[in-house]
Amino acid sequence: MTTSRLVEAFARRHRYHPLEGLPWLAAIAAYFAFPSYLPLGAQVLATILFALSADLVLGYAGIVTLGQAAFFGAGAYTAGLLAAHGWGEPITGLLAGALVAALIGLLSGIVILRTTGLTLLMLTLVVASMLYEAVNKASWLTGGDDGLQGMEVWWIFGQFRFDLFGQTAYFYCLIVLFLCWLAVRRIVHSPFGRSLVGIRENVLRMHAIGAPVARRRLVVYTISAALAGMSGALIAQTTQFVALSFLGLDRSGTVLIMLIIGGVGRLYGAFIGVPLYMIAQDRFSTIDPVYWYFWIGLLMVLVVLFARGGVLGLFDRFRR
Amino acid sequence: MFRIFLVVLVAIASLPAPLLAQTVKVGLINSYTGFVAQPADQGQKGSDLYFKEHERDLPPGLKIEILKRDDTSNPEVGKRLAQELITRDRVQLLTGVVLSPVATAVAPLTAEAKVPLVLSYAAAGVNIPRLSPYIVRVTFTLWQESYPMGTWAAEQGWKTAYTAVTDFIAGHDAEAAFTKTFTDAGGKIVGADRFPLANPDFTPFVHRIKDAKPEVAFIFVPAGTQATAIIRAINEVGLREAGIKIAAPQDLLPDEELPNMGDIPLGLITSGTYSVAGKRPANEAFLAAWKREYGDKAIPDFFSVDGWDGMAMIFDLIKSTKGKFTADEAMSFFSHWKDPDSPRGPIEIDPQTRDIIQNIYIRRVEKVDGKLANVEIATIPMVRDPWKELNPPK
Amino acid sequence: MGDILSAVGNIAFNGLAFAMVLYLISVGLSVTMGMMGFVNLAHGVFAMAGGYVVTSLMREQGVPFPLALLGAALTVAAASVPVERLLYRRFYGGDELDQVLLTIGLAFMSVAGATYIWGPLQQPLQPPPWLSGVADLGFRSFPAYRSFLILCGAALVTALWLSIERTRFGARVRAAVDNLRMAQSIGIDTSRLFMATFGLGSGLAGLGGALGADLLTVNPGYALQNLIYFLIVVAVGGLGSIRGPFFAALLIGVTDTASKYLVPEFGAFFIYVLTLAVLLWRPRGLFGRA
Repeated sequence: MTTSRLVEAFARRHRYHPLEGLPWLAAIAAYFAFPSYLPLGAQVLATILFALSADLVLGYAGIVTLGQAAFFGAGAYTAGLLAAHGWGEPITGLLAGALVAALIGLLSGIVILRTTGLTLLMLTLVVASMLYEAVNKASWLTGGDDGLQGMEVWWIFGQFRFDLFGQTAYFYCLIVLFLCWLAVRRIVHSPFGRSLVGIRENVLRMHAIGAPVARRRLVVYTISAALAGMSGALIAQTTQFVALSFLGLDRSGTVLIMLIIGGVGRLYGAFIGVPLYMIAQDRFSTIDPVYWYFWIGLLMVLVVLFARGGVLGLFDRFRR
Repeated sequence: MFRIFLVVLVAIASLPAPLLAQTVKVGLINSYTGFVAQPADQGQKGSDLYFKEHERDLPPGLKIEILKRDDTSNPEVGKRLAQELITRDRVQLLTGVVLSPVATAVAPLTAEAKVPLVLSYAAAGVNIPRLSPYIVRVTFTLWQESYPMGTWAAEQGWKTAYTAVTDFIAGHDAEAAFTKTFTDAGGKIVGADRFPLANPDFTPFVHRIKDAKPEVAFIFVPAGTQATAIIRAINEVGLREAGIKIAAPQDLLPDEELPNMGDIPLGLITSGTYSVAGKRPANEAFLAAWKREYGDKAIPDFFSVDGWDGMAMIFDLIKSTKGKFTADEAMSFFSHWKDPDSPRGPIEIDPQTRDIIQNIYIRRVEKVDGKLANVEIATIPMVRDPWKELNPPK
Repeated sequence: MGDILSAVGNIAFNGLAFAMVLYLISVGLSVTMGMMGFVNLAHGVFAMAGGYVVTSLMREQGVPFPLALLGAALTVAAASVPVERLLYRRFYGGDELDQVLLTIGLAFMSVAGATYIWGPLQQPLQPPPWLSGVADLGFRSFPAYRSFLILCGAALVTALWLSIERTRFGARVRAAVDNLRMAQSIGIDTSRLFMATFGLGSGLAGLGGALGADLLTVNPGYALQNLIYFLIVVAVGGLGSIRGPFFAALLIGVTDTASKYLVPEFGAFFIYVLTLAVLLWRPRGLFGRA
């Protein structure tokens, strides 16, 4: 077989569309075009991963959650505590964060996923709040309200230092995001992923065809938690700081909003909604530190009124 | 020939000033939103007022540009903003910062990038100036203002005390300082409570204090409406009527909240760095300028004066160096800065600790011209930060 | 022994006062979510508005307290109706995510709006002199304002429950909550009913926010800060139920006060444990319909 035939077969099997390369090209271009905005860029990339985790559980499995920040914060504090107590190696810290978050996702999922609707929503909120209070109470370890001080993250592979201008941070987040995105894409396009959509659309029928509904929901919840934990660890490592707000309702709500603005259940909603929201927030805060809430709120109301389905929904309508 | 000469002269004279001007950029990070919005607002007003009043004192061609940023009471946002101010906007100085966790998060950046931070709003976090050689604090420390309260309480003959503070670093500092002096003087702490941060309902906590029956209660809450809320709770539960005395730092009775407290605080003693009722010419001038700018109903407090003094220090640096200075030169200037004529009295920076030395006043609430005021009844002159004296660097 | 009794008495008393405020604010949300199927995360804005109106009326215009309370309730109720007609109506029974985005957006705008009109600082409530201090009943003394809160709350709750049980309007509300289609098919004008119920719920929320202004402080971030309390009361009480949230509010109010009194360092932890336990035991809430 020739190389081109192999590539064709590969692309066909995974159905990659040329447009899918766009976000990555844009990210690399941004590195060169906006060299003084890299710290913001790194945070945007890490938050895209967070939104991706939320999309998996909300958009594909239909689990409405206001508690994603629990996993985000768990990953952040794990990576942070490791770095503050002598183990600053970034990659292992990242994986440790994902593991702890996945564990919390698994355990809490076992308890609360038996419920649905508003009850489930409230329980996700409650689990996140309990974790918040517990971390706050353990302020001798976590720093409580003042945040975790004294993190020292080592150089990546001993070569790349986390510098003031955020160059290393940017590429670190970009590569991690890319790898996770590949994984999420595989999941979503696999039979497992399709069964999730089935569960979301018609649970009764899925039960009727014998699909292990509860187990599938738990699995996707845990995977989503792991991804959220990784994004938390990324933020912790690139800013060398972890705050209690990482676990707060604000963070859970904001990631949901960013995702909805971009478009839920489309895999790319995260890539559109997150940069849009965070860059708008950055700009508005600079112009008007006090009143940016108004403009963001207005944007959200307008999106709901005129752009249902988020930005991707708008694209769909234009295409028709 | 002469006409051409005139034209050229006029052309040079009308060259736009910016072409010849130099602008010093200063980044100001504050918490415009969040639970400290009130102190933040007071501090900002103080900084802005000084800027407005003294902008014209700058030599021609020299300008100062203040870039304001909102850290939304989140340390990680504050850290990122500081990073951007340094790398994107290329500020020469950072100032402001009302929340000590934000200051702690920003500290490593000041050292790495060599950009001095003039802490003009944050008072908590005694060791913050030690986190980086490029930090100087011009406000006060909770230890400075709470330390004398323990001694004073013991001098009144009270043997048992209950401490009740808000559970964040400022509260912990206040609690530790009072406990140290009170127990050193032979007193006993019978209870120590910490309220959650955003807690508006103080009644159950005040009940706890009343039930424990101490001789004195040492109370700290962030200055602002929480202070009024706890004063009202103290009145409703009848703490003073039960014979329990109150000792507190100035945060319990901020000057702008006194009008909202009715007559309840009459006779209460607090220790602090600044009172609107302080009698000195610099204060009268400050108050006059304040009323001119913000109206008759606006009342400054100690945060406002901190902001004012912080801006004064920055202006002095820029004036004396004509806007050209390295970070080390700036720190050297700040470390030896003095102002004998601040609205709060004489202040200076301690070169050893880069923290502030100032008078601490014991004040009592009395009626002056029909309104309540924190009247200064005693002065402890030129107090250094006690915690640093007790804990010298290793 | 006397100390323990005193402590229990304090907790019960203050818990009850807090519960009244929580209930008054949350009952409207329960009905909105149960009857109209609309997740209104901006419900706290009405309570906040009530708090702002009552404090402004008293401070700026010198309006006496009872009138100011009435003013707050009526203003908020009236202002809520256009919001319902023009905005919320389109999303009834629709996609929850849209409702979440819309109402959080409105809540955000309320933060900015409140900051713009009243500034970033808290608005304290100055109760009139006849309600300040303590009311001495001989065997013990009670904080006057809290006592007023309990009595006022009890009166309002009684009035509410009576009207739901005894009036035609109440019957229509109960019918619509039970089975909307059925209610429509027997000729109930559900559109007008929604409007009236929404206005009533919002007015009550405004009143609750006004009365409870020293328990839940009036500041621009009010709607977002206290959202979780209101949601917990509604979820634990049972969506659409009128009585359920009352008992939920009692549970939450007393637990919150007790934990502040007994274990203040734990913050709101026990509220969350309680909510978890109740929702796992009864996912539909204490009085929710199966």
